Amino acid sequence: MNRSNCPQWMPIRVIAGKEFRDRIRNRWVLAISLVFAVFTLAIAYFGAVTQGIVGFQGIEPLIASLVSLTIYLLPLIALLLGFDVLLGERERGTLDLLLSYPINRIELLLGKYVGLAAALTCATLAGFGLAGIVIVVRAPAADWYQYAGFVVSAVLLGWVFLSLAVCVSAVCASRTSASGVAIALWFFFVLVYDLLLLGALVLTGGAALGPLFPLLLLLNPADVFRILNIFGPGDLHTMFGLLSVFPFALAEPLFLGPVLLAWIAAPLGVAAWRFNR
Amino acid sequence: MIELAGVAKSFGSLRAVDGIDLRIRRGELFGFIGRNGAGKSTLFKLMLGLVTADAGQVRVGGETVDSPKFRAIRRTLGYLPENVVLYDNLTGLETLHFFARLKGVDVGECVPLLEQVGLSDAAARKVREYSKGMKQRLGFAQALLGNPQLLFLDEPTNGLDPDGIREFYRMLKARQLAGATIVITSHILAEIQQRVDRLAILSAGRIRAVGSVQSLRADINLPLFIEIVSHTDDTRPLEAALRRAPFGKLTIDGRRVAFACPRDAKMTAIAALSALSTRIADLQILEPSLEDVFLSYTEGSA
Repeated sequence: MNRSNCPQWMPIRVIAGKEFRDRIRNRWVLAISLVFAVFTLAIAYFGAVTQGIVGFQGIEPLIASLVSLTIYLLPLIALLLGFDVLLGERERGTLDLLLSYPINRIELLLGKYVGLAAALTCATLAGFGLAGIVIVVRAPAADWYQYAGFVVSAVLLGWVFLSLAVCVSAVCASRTSASGVAIALWFFFVLVYDLLLLGALVLTGGAALGPLFPLLLLLNPADVFRILNIFGPGDLHTMFGLLSVFPFALAEPLFLGPVLLAWIAAPLGVAAWRFNR
Repeated sequence: MIELAGVAKSFGSLRAVDGIDLRIRRGELFGFIGRNGAGKSTLFKLMLGLVTADAGQVRVGGETVDSPKFRAIRRTLGYLPENVVLYDNLTGLETLHFFARLKGVDVGECVPLLEQVGLSDAAARKVREYSKGMKQRLGFAQALLGNPQLLFLDEPTNGLDPDGIREFYRMLKARQLAGATIVITSHILAEIQQRVDRLAILSAGRIRAVGSVQSLRADINLPLFIEIVSHTDDTRPLEAALRRAPFGKLTIDGRRVAFACPRDAKMTAIAALSALSTRIADLQILEPSLEDVFLSYTEGSA
């Protein structure tokens, strides 16, 4: 590849800076941070209220609840954040003006992604971080470590679904269709995929899917996020029926982290290919 | 500076640009005129490398627009799209700062540029509060970032008031005198005919004619239009004398008598009118307008 075709950092930084500042100025980051913080605190203190208990009950039940909350909330937020990131420029009529500048399509796409990912990261860190400080301030260091792992994996999950959203924005022809596809992706990965797996397991009696099952779980980033968080030193994984059969040896951050990174790279690659055509 | 050779571009079954050959010289103020859908904006996008030609080659500043080296050329060009849309949530100054950074231009240029386009007082206001004319001025300011040697301006006077249009062309002339090449489109033919060095008449994706306004007029040999005003209400002696000469049909409106005169009969007309001088209060000889020239070249081709 000619050097002039290689993505250069300066235009990516300029586009990313604008995207990030836009989200700060329109209070998007603040609003999402508050949502995460409020939900986290509410779950931490009132999660066991049905058992007649109020207050922080330990890191494992908290993470179990937060994982479920995050899987519903964060992908939706990321998809809504990014589904029109390229289409918006096209439909507004600013895309041609931007591309008349010394910036290529890949740099524009990466700039948009980096800016939105930074905003999403800030909101996730601020929301979960603030709540985390309040909740686990007196907890042992091991709990801190586990909570930090959850927050980092939540950031990665946000990046994955943001990458899918940018891909949707590059592939779809209009904002209307992109919003439909984005919501469909959320339904598929968050609600439908595990049901399909469960159905397949029941239908086949588990025998046919057996060796493939861990691989099939890796094909859903929401499941990868779950596995990353529930396979810890405790027995949290036993609370997540379907996932509890995932091989212990593969439930390592060193293996699952790169899987999530691949989930970020692949949709971005498709988006870059489609947007560059 | 700009060369197009056999350039064609289709969108589905629509042939938007159909085999265009054209050279625009360095330092020239060149205009494109054509009806809506004639291919002007597509041609602009081809010259800016925003769309890829199906056939032919587009070279700007010595580089083909699809070559990696064209990135460096982009730093030397400015573009004002038709119906410019900017970011409503930014102020005028922030808008210029953003585009300056994207172009790698010193942001210190932005304040003087806003002053040049008459937006100093509105620099801190959000673009969403700007009128159409102000947005157009801001769009023009972004096109001027980095002192570009090549300006592409698509309908640049949209939304500007008469003072704004005059000021806009004054700035454009100054840029041209400083060596910039300027390519412009406009629907207001009377406005463009006074300012461009050469123009191309586009219709259905093809160039129908290229040249200066004078040369286009001469090539198509349209008749002159002569209008005289009679001293008295009785125009019959004038009509009688003029009907004997080889002119077009007379049009009479009160004391005014008008007729088309073939160019080669101009002296005959002047001689005939001299003989009637005691009956004539006023006389005007009008060249065909650019609109007449445009219609003659594009009739039946749209």
